[in-house]
Amino acid sequence: MNQTLIAFVEDKPGVLNRITSLFRRRNFNIDSLVVGKTEKKNISRMTIVANEKNSEKRKNIYFNLIKLINVILVKDVSDIPCIEREYILVKVCINSENLNSFNELAKKYGARIIDLSSNSAIIEASESKDRISILIDKLTPFNIVEIMRTGKMAMQKGLEPKNKEVHNINGQQNLTDNLWATKQLNSYLK
Amino acid sequence: MKNYEPKRILTGAEIIWECLIIEGVRTVFGYPGGAILPTYDAFYKYRKKIHHVLTRHEQGATHMADGYARASGKVGVAMATSGPGATNMITGLATAMMDSSPIVCITGQVPRHFIGTDAFQETDITGAVIPVTKHCYLVMEINKLASTISEAFYLARTGRPGPILIDIPKDIQNESVEFEYSNKLIQIPGYHLPPNPPNHHIIKVIKLINEAKFPIIFCGNGVILSGASSEILKLAEKSGIPIATTLLGIGGVPDSHPLVLGMMGMHGHSWVNHAIQEADLIIACGMRFDDRVTGKLNTYSPNSKKIHIDIDASEFNKNVKVDISVHSDLKIFLKELNPYLKTHTHKKWLRKISFWRKESHGRDVLNRKHKVLMAAEVIREIWKNTDENTVIITDVGQHQMLEAQYYNHENPRTLLTSGGLGTMGFSLPAGIGASFHSLENEIWIIVGDGSIQMTITELATAVQENSNINIAIINNGYLGMVRQWQEMFYDARYSETPITSPDYVIIAEAYGLSGQRVTSFDDINSAIKKAQSINGPAIIEFIVEKEDLVYPMVSTGADLNDMVQRPKKDYNLKSDNKKELLN
Repeated sequence: MNQTLIAFVEDKPGVLNRITSLFRRRNFNIDSLVVGKTEKKNISRMTIVANEKNSEKRKNIYFNLIKLINVILVKDVSDIPCIEREYILVKVCINSENLNSFNELAKKYGARIIDLSSNSAIIEASESKDRISILIDKLTPFNIVEIMRTGKMAMQKGLEPKNKEVHNINGQQNLTDNLWATKQLNSYLK
Repeated sequence: MKNYEPKRILTGAEIIWECLIIEGVRTVFGYPGGAILPTYDAFYKYRKKIHHVLTRHEQGATHMADGYARASGKVGVAMATSGPGATNMITGLATAMMDSSPIVCITGQVPRHFIGTDAFQETDITGAVIPVTKHCYLVMEINKLASTISEAFYLARTGRPGPILIDIPKDIQNESVEFEYSNKLIQIPGYHLPPNPPNHHIIKVIKLINEAKFPIIFCGNGVILSGASSEILKLAEKSGIPIATTLLGIGGVPDSHPLVLGMMGMHGHSWVNHAIQEADLIIACGMRFDDRVTGKLNTYSPNSKKIHIDIDASEFNKNVKVDISVHSDLKIFLKELNPYLKTHTHKKWLRKISFWRKESHGRDVLNRKHKVLMAAEVIREIWKNTDENTVIITDVGQHQMLEAQYYNHENPRTLLTSGGLGTMGFSLPAGIGASFHSLENEIWIIVGDGSIQMTITELATAVQENSNINIAIINNGYLGMVRQWQEMFYDARYSETPITSPDYVIIAEAYGLSGQRVTSFDDINSAIKKAQSINGPAIIEFIVEKEDLVYPMVSTGADLNDMVQRPKKDYNLKSDNKKELLN
């Protein structure tokens, strides 16, 4: 199984560059990387899917990522219950003969037709990676013209325990709630 | 309470110098140019408070800052202009990065409205140095200049130290703002320093130490960076465990100590490598299991449990799988650990190691007579003629390994060498830099004939600054270490390794310093003494055996204890006067 990491990073120029540079430099493979703004000002959130099977190397990716100064917090959610979604846009060729079966297929796999012309259609879907793959398989007979996939986003299920302690690191108040990160660090270091 | 101070409106250029003064910087190594001109103009005002060393190349400036940082433990500062000035710094940054040396490099950048237009002397230096710096900044607002500089110094010297680059556009240097500086307000949410060590590690570590029969402690660069020399010695003495050092760990523990074995690795002592392979416990302190230290990974110390203590968690299990990884500042952890240790001795184990040690005695080049000068002899004589506070700076190659083998260091920060990156040309500028900290201590730069020619321009800097440095050029007419590999692994095809040198005595004269040449053993001492008596830079060129090799050697991909030893007789010497060599 691929490694899924959620990284909270400072929303500053060059941060994405630093992360991709790290993966390239250390010879880690990125499967997909999604980045966007969050509920917190000046903090962006990334879901990074790394194609690494070796468990020691996975930890190494985690520690190298958190070592970057602009990376505030990293969660390795590979083995944690998560909602995982990928968004997809597909343009296919259609005609009057297969329009009905196309409609049915879209309905069955939770896809929505968002553009329709006499000879083409665009559908969107947001599903787990596996269901997206099935959808693409089923669409293949319709002569796919273009596919655009965003890559995986992940969000942990349930609420995390609130962190009320103020973590004092080196005499400084660490303002991020890094209880989770501290826990994960410790479990990795055992 | 401080008296009311009127608000000070300063230009960006003035702010740079004010910040450096507050950070305690007394020496800046740099080279002016177009995009850093406003800062150099402002310097005119500050020249009584900060000394600026005009280097002859920006690479030299970074190595000088690096040498200063390694000798002092403080942050070294280098300054350069945009474009080529900045790119010339990259080798120096990478050198500092690999060896965790705290330096701050300040570069000028083209004015903000020119950024991205391929303007004259524009280069995306922050983009270029991401992989070779701990962090880098492009300052785009005058309001953030002071806080960025304070953050840079904080990052450079804390945690695992490393190089920081700050790129400052020219128009920001000219802009004015109210100056406010506080290094107490630094908040970097993503900068995680290790917490104090959790107790369960100490219990586990103690258990392993108590169970071990053949334990060994590794002393790496982290011992010096963390200032943990006395703590690691206490650990060794109390538990009776011998210590091996890495190349950069040399000086972290005194070589004269009975429990200190010497250097490990590719050109480490044979008894050390044997001990590592036979050990049943390794306590690795502040090191990173570099490939030059381990040899073949899957046969590396096969029977040992391994404890790894490091401040950088990304080093754990990177190369060698360890049993316990302790994420902590070394000094803090050892201080907590030491009281729990039982007093113990490992007589049988130490006897075994001294047996290996005696075995290699006959193969030591110093125990043989040669009619030609040997590089190892030169280094041994320098050692005999200098005291324990002498700072040695080596370059990269055969002389570097021989220094590590034949010069015994007693104190931390007395050997400065480019270990990780292996940067030829490091020693001369780094030695000049170190001389600005170690004013009292003697400084010896040991350098090969290949390496000196890479940065020989900095001789002019040494003369201009009247740096009190002694430069020992070990001249064998080859790029010796590459030639060694060609002899051993490429059927002695010496492709592009023979190298000519200028007449270094005339070079010395031309640059305006003292120069001597030594060709025989009997002249070494008088030459060293003469160089020592000169207040200012001095060169001694030692003409040594052309085709000697550094022994022992672990070939790449070989087991650590599978060492090529010096042959019983030196049949490999192929010098012109070969017949006379063999006794």
